[in-house]
Formats: sequence, structure tokens, C-alpha cells
Amino acid sequence: MINTPPPAIELRGISKRFGTVQANKNISLSVKPGTIHGIVGENGAGKSTLMNIIFGLHQPDEGQILIDGNQVSIKSSADAISLGIGMVHQHFMLVPKFSVLENVMLGNEGGPLLSQGRDGVLAELKRLADTYGMHVDPNALVENLPVGTRQRVEIIKAMRGGAQILILDEPTGVLTPQETIGLFDILRELRDSGVTIIIITHKLGEIMDVTDAVTIIRNGTCVGERVTNETDTGELAELMVGRKVLLRVDRGEASPGEIRLAVRDLGCFREDGSKVLDAVSFDVQAGEILGVAGVAGNGQSELLEILSGMRRQDEGTIDLMGECLSIDHANSPRTMRETQLGHIPEDRHHHGLVLDFEARENLIFGFHQDARFGEGQFLAPGAIHAHGRSLIEQFDVRPDNPELPASKFSGGNQQKLVIAREMEEEPRILLVGQPTRGVDIGAIEFIHKQLIELRDRGCAILIVSVELEEIMGLSDRIMVMNDGRVVGTIARSEANERKLGLMMAGLSQDEAA
Amino acid sequence: MSKLSAPPLPVWADVILLPILNLLAALFVCGLIIAALGENPFEALIVMINGAFFYSGSLGFTLYYTTNFIFTGLAVAIAFHAMLFNIGGEGQAYLGGLGAGLVALALGGVVPALIVIPLAIMASALFGAAWAFIPGYLQAKRGSHIVITTIMFNFIAASLMVWLLAGPLIQPGQQSPQTPKFDVSTHLPTATDFLNSFGMSVANSPLNFSFIIAIACLILFWVIVWKTKFGYELRAVGHNSEAAHYAGINVPRTIIIAMLISGAFAGLMATNEILGVQHKVILNFTSGFGFTGIAVALMGRNHPVGIFLASLLFGALFQGGAELDFEFKSITREMILVIQGMIILFSGALAYMFNPYVARLIYRVTQAKKAKHG
Amino acid sequence: MAEFLYQLLLTFDATIRVATPLILCAMAGMFSERSGIIDISLEGKLLMGAFVAAAVAAITGSPWLGVICAVFACVIFALIHGFACITHRGNQVVSGLALNILASGLTVTIGIALFRQGGQTPVLGKEARFRPIEWPLLETLDTVPVIGVIYRELISGHNTLTYLALIIVPICAFVYYKTRFGLRLRAVGDVPKAVDSAGVSVSWMRYRAVIIAGVLCGIAGAYLSTGQGAGFVREMSAGKGYIALAAVIFGKWKPYTAFAACLLFGFLDAASARLQGVEIPLIGEAPSQLMLALPYIIVVVVLAGFIGKASPPTAIGEPYIK
Repeated sequence: MINTPPPAIELRGISKRFGTVQANKNISLSVKPGTIHGIVGENGAGKSTLMNIIFGLHQPDEGQILIDGNQVSIKSSADAISLGIGMVHQHFMLVPKFSVLENVMLGNEGGPLLSQGRDGVLAELKRLADTYGMHVDPNALVENLPVGTRQRVEIIKAMRGGAQILILDEPTGVLTPQETIGLFDILRELRDSGVTIIIITHKLGEIMDVTDAVTIIRNGTCVGERVTNETDTGELAELMVGRKVLLRVDRGEASPGEIRLAVRDLGCFREDGSKVLDAVSFDVQAGEILGVAGVAGNGQSELLEILSGMRRQDEGTIDLMGECLSIDHANSPRTMRETQLGHIPEDRHHHGLVLDFEARENLIFGFHQDARFGEGQFLAPGAIHAHGRSLIEQFDVRPDNPELPASKFSGGNQQKLVIAREMEEEPRILLVGQPTRGVDIGAIEFIHKQLIELRDRGCAILIVSVELEEIMGLSDRIMVMNDGRVVGTIARSEANERKLGLMMAGLSQDEAA
Repeated sequence: MSKLSAPPLPVWADVILLPILNLLAALFVCGLIIAALGENPFEALIVMINGAFFYSGSLGFTLYYTTNFIFTGLAVAIAFHAMLFNIGGEGQAYLGGLGAGLVALALGGVVPALIVIPLAIMASALFGAAWAFIPGYLQAKRGSHIVITTIMFNFIAASLMVWLLAGPLIQPGQQSPQTPKFDVSTHLPTATDFLNSFGMSVANSPLNFSFIIAIACLILFWVIVWKTKFGYELRAVGHNSEAAHYAGINVPRTIIIAMLISGAFAGLMATNEILGVQHKVILNFTSGFGFTGIAVALMGRNHPVGIFLASLLFGALFQGGAELDFEFKSITREMILVIQGMIILFSGALAYMFNPYVARLIYRVTQAKKAKHG
Repeated sequence: MAEFLYQLLLTFDATIRVATPLILCAMAGMFSERSGIIDISLEGKLLMGAFVAAAVAAITGSPWLGVICAVFACVIFALIHGFACITHRGNQVVSGLALNILASGLTVTIGIALFRQGGQTPVLGKEARFRPIEWPLLETLDTVPVIGVIYRELISGHNTLTYLALIIVPICAFVYYKTRFGLRLRAVGDVPKAVDSAGVSVSWMRYRAVIIAGVLCGIAGAYLSTGQGAGFVREMSAGKGYIALAAVIFGKWKPYTAFAACLLFGFLDAASARLQGVEIPLIGEAPSQLMLALPYIIVVVVLAGFIGKASPPTAIGEPYIK
């Protein structure tokens, strides 16, 4: 009999409930030592909850965790760390005002006085740099470091103290493709030196690229486990969403009309003077959808904010149906709305909705000064209610109660509230940020259909999305952004994932072809 | 996340049961303190209730205090709706007194009462608003923490008033820092005069016309916050200022206007104290009523009905508490401060302490009922 | 000119006396606020400490027992603050306000119950107070010009608690910059998640910070009633807690700068007391009210961003939710 080592980490029947939401239901999985194990699932499938349970940030309602074959109880992150588990969170856990050294020392100080541990940490940093090529300047302030380097600091932090299990939660969301490649190289190095790695993602390509085995999670339950070599993206996608995915959106050809939005040499600076947007120029015509592709954080959010009037540009002009907006003649969200520019913001919780407001109050949000909803300074409750009721019916929002606070609706229905409000006004230009982020499959189809219909009614639509598939499905033309610049614009017929991916990495259209 | 792990609380429990539980917890701790000082807490409670409502003239005193708390409570509440914590009610009321006083001193006896009184009332609101403007402006335009700036403005107001009352505004030939008495035409009509003129004989009390203004302000508050577009914008800014910006609401402007209204409410408190009772501007006439407004707004959940009830409670507390001096050896009216502190602690800082327990209890009871009914 | 310098020296001497409670409270405020907990209850704790120290000293005759009990009382206040703000995630300003009002009420209520002197404690005798310490060699150094008089007036002749306050500043700075606790403290007020994910309890860090604040406020209170004064009088903290808070902000939540701010504010206070009613050439009567209000005005100006930039701990005022 061959003596196989026990799994580095094993979960048995983990369940976790938050209020009425069952985040994890009877999940079991086991990870072989010295492998990279992927956990894949849609947003909200329960991946992060599961990892937070392993790292002691949440306690499971039921189930056991075994490390190297021994049952353990992980009550806090301190327990997890002492069991040799390190975690790199989706949102970095770094103190921006601290140096790299201080960040790495935090929690691993080596004694009551900082001087006691400093040399040890410096030596360790050097060792990690030499062994895995993770070079960072220990004295640099984290707030001055680029994202990829910050993540490296996170990995170093997680590895310090000799972690044998490393968990990474959506590590590539903020990385450029090159940085992603660098990260994966480091992960392979770590694996080869015996570290067990669990990587959580919703990007199937990455799973295929870097993992040895993969567990698929859907709606809080484990729906399958595969060896990566023996599966393909199609099968994984199917397992992830539970049915064949309709990749192509049902649609006719566009018939573009006059130019509604013309942007010229738009520029925008960060506080430190570097450029978030640099010489961005493009047009959007009536009756077409222009998709903006790019890794998150390459200027798309700022572009939307400027076009919607939420932020001022520092350079350049915006020609809005003949009205020219320059830095001297700036715009505000209110004036933009008055020119019939609608905006479905990227983050509905931060911008699109007031969660404590009732649905009907949210459905007039931004249009509340309109005489329809009250004469002069007074509100007309009857008109507001009727408006809310009609929109909720029209856009099939559930539950169909206009008096319910927005916070009580599901993500998809919240998004429908925003979309209903903005589309009802029949905008001549519509800006859309992440149209289906955190929205369930059924609602995605509905939202996509609405956008196409609006286009066919002659609206000029600009869509920003980090989901390449969505961009390719919806857009008539695709503009790719990298580091605040427009890399190129291609017709939908010329686009494929590989080409867009290379362009997102900053390669020009020709280089990518 | 742990907020989610408790079942949701029904509205009636959140609005009525929890505030009462918090109040009882505060009173219970105060009772323990009174017992520890060697007195019977129940006797103290009875003395306070009698002193607040049943002794001759006491109701008038209670409502007179209530008037102050309605004004300062509304001041805190309107700012709360915009998610601003205005701790500066004390200083704004102080300045309101200056405004009312300046008008009364300048025009009292010169123009008829029907002109000077409205002007003085407006001046109190205006001066209060002006004192709130700077912290509001700094919060809106420069992001200065309004809690700290309003605290500082209380102290600056105190210094300014000492200087004015001991210097430029002092009654000539007097040593104590206060203005001369106002002309009688500036005095607000009192409830006693009013009822006496109908042939009813009531005991003297400081209750005056300001009470009517306070009630009018309660209604005005309700209209502004829930019936106007400005109120809609105010609440939007309070709940989510980024979303408000997205919706085209001018957030800094809304913040500044909210603070102006807040300061005006606080300033109006001076009508009660200065125009209604003192008839001159004196040092420290605000005596902490501005801070009590915070307790009132917290207990009243920033709603006019709640603010009225909480003001009545604190009015009764202040009037009834004064009786403690006469009836007990070991406890005095300073007990009011202890009770007030406890109420702020339990209904403010610890407001949700009982929440999960109550929620679980109600959940269990309703589940049991459901099970019974099949 | 010599007379002027001598007066200035005396003002500096008074500055140290006035600044002592400010320094202790400012260090207290720094720890609390650095951990992410707004502490406007410095004022209430100072008042409570002053009362308890005087009351215990009056009853037992021992100032040291007074300090210990004052520290104990202030730590209880700090724990209430922590219980409300850390454990129950209550509003930190509301909690602080409640404690301030509670302190105003409790000190007088208990004072009357104990001593029946209208809320004051009896005047403390010499042995129940912290007396000025005469440094050695005073006579000898008196003969040395300049140094002698500085030594006598400025350096010698303060009480134990003042010297303690002056020693506490470098200790606080050492803890703040050079220790594990300090590193975690600076992190927990900025990015509490970073501390949590490093396996350190955010709540426990914050509790420790508010407890330290309680200890320091207790000492400051004891100084007011048993060092600087000779007994407790109503409201004797008189806004000093808030001035200390102002010093924390002016000092950008750092030990030495906060200390410097305390000295500045103390100097304004001491100078305004000396200049009361004095005619100054060109200005006229000394604007003592303005000088007293200056610390508050300075803080508003600092917060408005007109002098430098106030950069409070990022997560201050926000309860930590995982």
C-alpha cells in the first residue's frame, strides 16, 4: 500500500448562514499538498465566505476543517496564522501610510520592541526576494507603490511566519495581464517549493492557466471537482452557472445616426499629478453601443464620472449634441441630466441608489426636482407613488412593492430599479457602468435586452464593463483602454478575446493582430 | 455581518419598545446610584413626578423647559438627517440670545411691540444660523470635522459673550456681566398673563409665547424634512452623499443649508430664555440646554413627535429634578445631569445593546405562534 | 528689560503648571484617537479624576491614594466608553458626551452626599497634596547669573505630577514609534482590517488604548485637585479636556507635536492671566478673552486646512465590523 500524505487542507460539510442567506451549504473539498487548487464560481456564489471561514474570519455553523489530517478549530485569524495559513485578500490589508517593512512586521514583530524583529524581517524579505523573485524596497511607503507591488507585499506578509497554505481571493481583479503573469510565476515557484495554494476567482482562463485542480461552487454548494488537465472552460462555465451559457446576445445590426457625444483630448490628473486619463478621444453615435474594455482601474471609472458630470476634467472638451463643454465651461450631474444624458453608475450601492430610501423614492432620484413630482418646492406623494408603481411593473421588479426600501431588494432587482429610472426618461445618451455586476443570470438577459432595445430606439450608449464577454456581446464597436489611454477601437466583427486581451495589456491594434 | 445574524426587528419594537427599554435601563442605573447615596429611588421618582406635573405651577415650568428642548432637539435632528453632528447648539443658542438682545436693546420702546418682537425673534434665528454657518461651510467645502468645529465654536461663543457682556454691552454702572433690562414692549406674553386675562387664575410660571413658536417649528420641521424637495435632498445627502452627488444634488450647498436651519432652531431657544423670561442677556443662559438637545434628538429618533415627547420628558426631568433639593438631604438637582448622562448613554451610545436580544425573543415568540396555528 | 525677562520667565513657569494637565490629557487623547476611538470624554474623565483624587485625599489624607483611585475611576469611565464604542459599536461622540455630562452630575452629586459643601471637597491640607519639590543646590546656583534664576523658577519647584507628565511624553513617543504596541496602535486606527488579518484583535487593541487614556486622564485630574489646586471645585476641568483634544489635533495626533501644542496653549492661558487688565502699547488693553479663545480658533483654522493639513487616523470614528 502506498502511503499517500493526507490532504494539506480538507473541509467536511461546511455550512454558513447569514440571517436568511445561506452562504455555504454542506461544502466539502480536499486539497493535495504542494498543489494549486482553484475555487471558481460566480460573484456571490459563496467563495469568499468559504475562504473567510478557513481564515477564521467567520465561524461555520456546521462542518469540520482538517489541516494535514488533523481536525482543527479556527476561531480567529490568529489561529489560522499559527496553523500556517496565510491569506491575500481581495481588498488589500495594507496600511498605506506605513512602509513595506512596517506592513510586513505588523502582527509578526518578533517581540515587544520593534528593534528586536527588524533584522529578522529584513533577512526574510531578502530570502523571499532571492528565492521567488519577489523584490520590494522595504523602506518604500505602500501608498506610493503600484498595485502589483502592493499585492507582492501582501503575499510576502502572508508567507512570513512560514505559511504552508496560501489563500488568494480574486488576486487578479486589479492586475494588468503582465502583472497577472508575474503573479502566476511566483505562485508556481511557491508551489514547487512545497506551498499549497488555493486561488479563488471567477475567471475561467486563469483557472485553466495556473491550477492543478478546481472546485466549482454555485449558490453556496459545491457542484463539482475536476482535475484541470481533464476539463475545459466550457464545462467549467456550465457547472458554474448551471446551464449552457448564452454567450451571444440576441440582436440585430446597428444603424448608427448622427454623432451625439464627441470627446476630444480628455485628460484627468491624480492628486500626485500623474494622469488617470490621457488624451482620450472618441465619438458615440445615435443608435449604437460603444463598449469600453479594460482591466479595472485603467481610467474607465473616471471617464464615466467626467461624462456624467460627477467629476471635472482637467483637459479637453466634451461635445454633447452640439453643446461644447470645456474645462472653463464645466458640467454638473444636474446639467448633464437636463441635456437628457442618463447614467447607470458602476456601483449602484455607492451612487445609483439610496438604500434606505423606498423604491418609489429611488425611482425619482435625480429627477426629483422635475415638476411631474411636485410643484415648486413641495413633493407630490401621489405622483411619486404612481410613477414608482408603473416602473416596477414595466421592468418586472420583484417584489412589486414601491414602498419597500431599496436595501430589501436583491442585487438584480436593485439594478433594475436604477435601469428603470434611467431608461424611463428616454435618454438621448446613456452611460452604463458594469451593467450586470452582481446580477443573477435571469436579470442579466433582461438587462441586455433592454439595452439593445434602447439602442434600436436611437439612443447613443456607452458601456463600461470588466466582463469581456459582456462587452463583446453588447457592443457595436469596442474601445480598449490601458493606463488612461485609448489603445484602439475595433468593430465588433473584428474582435476576439485574445486580441482584446492583448490590447488591454497595452499592445496596439496592429501588434495585437 | 453580526447585524445580519439577528433576525430583523419589527417596526413597532424598533420605534417604541427599544427606546422604552433603553430609558428604563438608564433610570434603573440612576436608581442604583440614588440607593447607593442612601436615599430611596422610588421616593425620588415620586417627588420628581409630583414636582414636574402636580405641584402648583409646576406644569408651566415643565413646559417652559420643554420649549427649550424642542428648539435644541430640532436643531440637532435636522442636522442628523443630513448626517451632520451639530454639537454646537449651545453656542448657536448663545449667539441667538445676542441677536435677540441687540434688537430688543436697540428698538425696544422705539417701535411697537408688534414690530420689535418679530424682529427680535428673527434676529435670534439669524444669529444662531450665522454661528452655525462657519462650521457648516468648513464641513461642506473643506471637509473639516463638524463635531470638532462646533465644539470649538461653543467655546469661542462663550469667550465672545464674556467679552461683550463684561465690556461693550454691560449695563453702565454695573459690575455683573449682563446687559441692561429690555423695554417692557419686547417681553413675550406669558401663559400666566394670557390665562389670567380670561379670568382663569393660575400660578406664576415662565411659560410663554415661545412654546407656540416651538410647536410651529415642530410642524415646520416635519414639512421640511418629509414634504419638500429640499428635505428629500437633505435625507439623500444624509444617507448617501456620493449618491446624492450622482443625482445632481449640490451636496455642499445642502450641508450648509441644513446647518443654517439647525443653527436657526438653536438660536430660537433664546426667544424663550431671553425674550420670554430673562428680559436681558446674561452669562451662560443656555446652561447646557444645547447639549440636552442631543439627548432629545437621539431619544426622539429625529422625528417631531418623538422630539416633542422626549422634550416633555426632559422638561419634566429638569423641573422635577429641582424638587430633589427640597425633599432630600443627599441628592440634589445635579442628579438631573446624572440621569441625563445615563439617558444619552443608553439611548444614544448603547442604543442597540438590547436589539439582538429583543429581536431573538420576538422571533421566537412569533415562530412559536406560527407553529401553533399550523 | 531684565524685569521683562523675569516676568517672561515667570510666565514660562506658569505655562508648565497650566500645561501639565493638558499634556497628560493630550497623550491620553492621542492613544485613544490613534486607535480609532474619538475621545471627547477627556473632559469628563479629567473632571472625574480631579474629584476622586481630592475626595480620597480628603478622606485618607494620602495624595498617592488619591491618584490611584482617580486612575481607577477614569479607567472605569474609559471602559464604559469602550463598551459602548468598541463592543456595541455605538456612536463615539454620543458616548463621550454622555460621559462628560455624567461626570458633571456625578462629581457634584457624590460630593454633596459625602461632604455637604455644595459639591466641593474640603480644602486639602499640605500633607494631602502634592507639594512643590525643591531641587538641590538652589542656594549654590543662585549665585550663577541667568542659570540660577532659571533653575530656581523654571526647573525647580514643581510637584511630582508635573515632572511625571514631562517624563511621560518621551515614554509615549517611545511606545508610539518604537514598540510592537505602537505599530499596531498606528495601524488599528488607520486600517483596522490590516490588524485583524494579521491575527491581532482590533477590539483588544482599542480597549488597551482607551484604558491607557483613562490612566493618563486620572493622573491629570489628580494634578488639578491635589497638585495645582487644594481640593475639588465644581466644573474645575473648565474645558481643559477639550483644549487637550485641540492640542491633539493641532499636533497631528503625534506625541511631540501634541506636547508642543500643549505648551503653546498653556502659554496663552498663563500669559492671558498675567496680562489681565494690563495696557499694552499699540494694542490697548490685553485681549485676554481672545487669548483664551485662541486655542479653539487655531483648531478651527487647522481643521479648515489653512495651516498645514490635518490628517486624522483614517478609520477614526468608525466602529470595526468584520
